[in-house]
Amino acid sequence: MNMLTRRLLIAATATFALAGHASAQDKSIVVASTTSTQDSGLFGHILPMFKAKTGIDVKVVAQGTGQALDTARRGDADVVFVHAKPAEEKFLSEGFGVKRYPVMYNDFVLIGPKADPAGIKGSTDIVAALGAIKAKGADFISRGDKSGTHQAEINLWKVAGVDVAKDKGPWYKEIGQGMGAALNTASASNAYVLADRGTWLSFKNRGDLVIAVEGDKRLFNQYGVMLVNPEKHPSVKKDLGQQLIDWLVSAEGQKAIADYKINGEQLFYPNANDSGA
Amino acid sequence: MPTDATALQLVLSGDPALFAIVRLSLYISLSAVVLAALIGIPLGASIALTKFRGRQGVIVLLNALMGLPPVVVGLAVYLMLSRSGPLGAFGLLFTPCAMIVAQTVLVTPIIAALTRQTVEDLWLEYRDELTAMNLGPVGRVTALIWDARFSLVTALLAGFGRAAAEVGAIIIVGGNIEGFTRTMTTAIALETSKGDLPLAVGLGLVLIAIVIAVNALAWTARRAGERMAG
Repeated sequence: MNMLTRRLLIAATATFALAGHASAQDKSIVVASTTSTQDSGLFGHILPMFKAKTGIDVKVVAQGTGQALDTARRGDADVVFVHAKPAEEKFLSEGFGVKRYPVMYNDFVLIGPKADPAGIKGSTDIVAALGAIKAKGADFISRGDKSGTHQAEINLWKVAGVDVAKDKGPWYKEIGQGMGAALNTASASNAYVLADRGTWLSFKNRGDLVIAVEGDKRLFNQYGVMLVNPEKHPSVKKDLGQQLIDWLVSAEGQKAIADYKINGEQLFYPNANDSGA
Repeated sequence: MPTDATALQLVLSGDPALFAIVRLSLYISLSAVVLAALIGIPLGASIALTKFRGRQGVIVLLNALMGLPPVVVGLAVYLMLSRSGPLGAFGLLFTPCAMIVAQTVLVTPIIAALTRQTVEDLWLEYRDELTAMNLGPVGRVTALIWDARFSLVTALLAGFGRAAAEVGAIIIVGGNIEGFTRTMTTAIALETSKGDLPLAVGLGLVLIAIVIAVNALAWTARRAGERMAG
């Protein structure tokens, strides 16, 4: 960074420091979460209820799970609400989180073109389906962004005995973008793609895409919430953040999650009582 | 914003969420242009009128900085303002202030480089008169900026165009938070990722219309100013 830019930043920062401090005293928290919770409309449904009850403004920064955890590691969020249990446990063991609470689950679905070039439509065996996609060289879009969905996809390939890092050919395209962008790409190129059911249900630009595989236990998708550790980052708003977590796992919060539906279909299933989730 | 509506319906129905987004977009981009003008115009004019070692290199660098990639500026400002960064104590990340800072960094080189060119051309034209007036360096810079004020409107508009059009920097430092840091361009990116392409296109058309309106206003002001100045 050159001198000019630095001076500029300092000048501009000084100009706005007052405004920044004013807004820091508002009753608000920053939640780093995933694109699926935002794009599916869940937050738009439940957060107004939380605000009505507590007066706390929840500012959601929607990123992939990997990026959301990194944002929290830097101290730029008060709460993380994501879906990749191994990555969440790593975050906890590094001391960045206080405690992980299971909140809800839904499932992943394998989306593909109506024409079904891999011949897997209607199957409930995700591992066999991925094997068929690889064998036929059918186009597959990968998030490629370390999101929860991407991590789940990589695990499923592993179970299917395919080392995508090594075996990927021109049929396997990593786009490095969010769920919606991956669905847009799959829709435009008639490819298969792994998606969370919530985003799929609320997604509008489907083109010829349909659900190819669903209902396999291995497609389970658990969401967890954690307060960022105030001992690592003193700026974390401990009390306000914990209020959100307590509400999410309370009977009221769990009911709000269960009540969120698109076209009569429930998107997320609360399971805060399942301590092993 | 209700997702089952088209952008046109949102405009016609006076959707408050849409107007809040438009207002925030204008507030951020216009603030960035004002700050960038306060820095860039004196800077550009000073470079135009000063001889120093490495001046050619500075001019090339300044011109090159007009092409600063927004996503790189966004990342740099993010690292500065993050709680783990040098300015983290201010708590500015994910606020409109952070977005103004990022856009100011993007726009300043554009205004400075265009000012430098404009003022230097004027200087070549009026060098003898200004030398005869026996003004000091500050007086010359001020006099030439004043003479160039109508041409500089174009520099400001170029800067505003850059700020209003970019998404790469503000989505990183602002976080695209609904009702707080969501602007026209980040809303368009979001609606695209939700697969609501008609709404995304509609918002794009609204944005273009706003940019045209701002330019028309600026042009009218310039014409009126020129007439008054005779």
